[in-house]
Amino acid sequence: MSSQAWMIWPDNFAVSFLVMALLAMAFMYAARMPMHGLLRSVGHAVSGPLRMAARWLLAAAAEVQARNKAVLLAHGKHEVGQRVEREFERLGVIVQRELQGYPALQRKLLDEITRIEEDYKKCGEVPPPPPEWTEAVAAVANVKTGGNELVLRVLEEIKRSITSIHDKTLADYRRAYERRHKILESFMPFWRSVDKNLVQVEQNMARLQANVRTVDAHMAIYEQINEGTDKAQHALTVSAFTQFATSLLVMVVAAGGAFINFKLIALPMSEMVGAGDYITQSLRTSEVAALVIIFVEASMGLFLLESLRVTHLFPRIANLNDRLRTRMLWIALTLLVILAGVEAALALMRDMLIADKQALLQTLSSVQPIASDSWMSSIPTAGQMLLGFILPFALAFIAIPLESVIHSGRTVGGVFVLALLRSLAFTLRVLGNVARQMSRVLVRLYDVVIVVPLMAERMWKGSRSERPSKLDVDVDLERTHA
Amino acid sequence: MKRRQFLAALPAAALAAAGCVDSRSHTHSVYMLVDTSGTYAQEAGKAQVIINYLLGSLQAGDSLAVARVQSRSFSEKDIVAKATFDSRPSQENAQKRAFRERIENSFRAVSGSRYTDITGGLIQGAEFLNETGAGSKTIIVFSDMQEELDKVTQRDFPISLKGIRVIAVNVVKLKTDNVDPRKYMGRLEAWQKRVETAGAREWRVINNLDRLDAILARG
Repeated sequence: MSSQAWMIWPDNFAVSFLVMALLAMAFMYAARMPMHGLLRSVGHAVSGPLRMAARWLLAAAAEVQARNKAVLLAHGKHEVGQRVEREFERLGVIVQRELQGYPALQRKLLDEITRIEEDYKKCGEVPPPPPEWTEAVAAVANVKTGGNELVLRVLEEIKRSITSIHDKTLADYRRAYERRHKILESFMPFWRSVDKNLVQVEQNMARLQANVRTVDAHMAIYEQINEGTDKAQHALTVSAFTQFATSLLVMVVAAGGAFINFKLIALPMSEMVGAGDYITQSLRTSEVAALVIIFVEASMGLFLLESLRVTHLFPRIANLNDRLRTRMLWIALTLLVILAGVEAALALMRDMLIADKQALLQTLSSVQPIASDSWMSSIPTAGQMLLGFILPFALAFIAIPLESVIHSGRTVGGVFVLALLRSLAFTLRVLGNVARQMSRVLVRLYDVVIVVPLMAERMWKGSRSERPSKLDVDVDLERTHA
Repeated sequence: MKRRQFLAALPAAALAAAGCVDSRSHTHSVYMLVDTSGTYAQEAGKAQVIINYLLGSLQAGDSLAVARVQSRSFSEKDIVAKATFDSRPSQENAQKRAFRERIENSFRAVSGSRYTDITGGLIQGAEFLNETGAGSKTIIVFSDMQEELDKVTQRDFPISLKGIRVIAVNVVKLKTDNVDPRKYMGRLEAWQKRVETAGAREWRVINNLDRLDAILARG
């Protein structure tokens, strides 16, 4: 079809265009009202469902948020409850261990204090000075001798007696003091014992106080969670994100360990299951077998930790009676040890296979192999065997971050779903509004295109009457609609 | 019993449904023709280098056969050594050692044949490769590609090399090629045409023995 087919006068573009424009304008003027209606309807038809979908998404987001909050609070409540329970258990143990002997300790302390008091009192009893003696001595000292030999002899005798009595009394006095000093000396162990006991009591009390403070803090959190406050929700969400990131990091590290483990046993596994079988284009059966062994080890580790009640992924295991649980624990541990032993053997076989292959390649390349009997050459072999034995046990602990990822993943996933729903709702709302506004813009554009007939109509109507024209009414209608 | 069988088949069915089980053969079979006719017999040392490379590169489950190109080569008697390597790596290494020894012994005293029946060797090689059922099949022709047949031997008929890669290695130039290089080009073109007409998957010439890795390039 020629591009000039629309031209009325093919040789004259301008006239043809003008005539076509006039015709189009006349047609568009005639179809103005239905076209306005059509454009508005299309706008409504597009924006209506979009806005409805946005509202539905917002409602769904609110529901998801409520569910997230309920799950988060329930989980947080459970966690904090367990923590409080554990703290109480610890408190109970402390109280039982340290304070159950408190009455006996108190009695002992009181006894020791009483004894110390009595001894102290004994120490305080100084032998009273003999007042009569002093008075008698003073009276005798005042007797006038007058040179009488008899009196002098009597006085001499009295002096000698008094001196001997004085010496005896002084000796008694010293002995009494010595005894008291010994009593005081014997105080020391009691004082030390009392001091030690009191320090012990003080320490116990301080520890108890610290634990009580921890319980108080946990209880405060528990109360907040119980009340469902936003603060508690925010704290729990942040905690879940941190836990998720940390666990994920640990799992990445564990995946690295699993990869090393895989490398250690993939080659020797081909000795057991053959190297020529493929499951996919590039995945050998021996590699899958090695992977299966690693997964089995991880599963055994999971069961082991479940049996130890470290993780709680399987309530059925946690609910088993102690006897069955212990049996399960031993079975899982035994299998894990056997698998670790198998891995160590496979690691040794890997080393031997690689050495054999290397020797073959050296023979094929006509390069004489360098004999190495150095003890250093056995280090990698020993290292591989050790790794082969240790890695399964290290992998067993993957159950802990796995549980953490699963639990915190619910919260993290919920937050992301919520964000996605809200973003979608916002986008749909914006699109709805854009569609609506676009219909209005198109209505205006339509009028712009047929502005000449519209002006003619206005002028004609204006000349006939002062009443508001149909165009004005239409514009008002548009405004009302907007 | 039926229930047990069903339970046992469930994982296999799940794998098959998921498209995880690959029933195609991933093994590689190589048939190497070594020209021992005329002056080319002196190149036997280079052939051993290629065989050693193949022994070092082929893996468990792969097959390797080495045959001589003689006056009439369409015969199992011309196969010097053949082996399908065990799927266990330890056995595979032992097989490769034995293979190498056998090749060394065979090539120690190579007597040059009067004629060169490359076509017969190709037919024999194709037969061997098809029997192995390998996923990838390669015939290596260690020769100057100058076929010379006696008057009785008939090789002027279409042959089938469907799905087989044919690699000509160490195609040395003859004295006459040096006089007129078009002869060399023409000889190679003729072989290419013949091999491709026979349905071969690929035709390649490798004269640089440092680029042997192209021999086992799996397409």
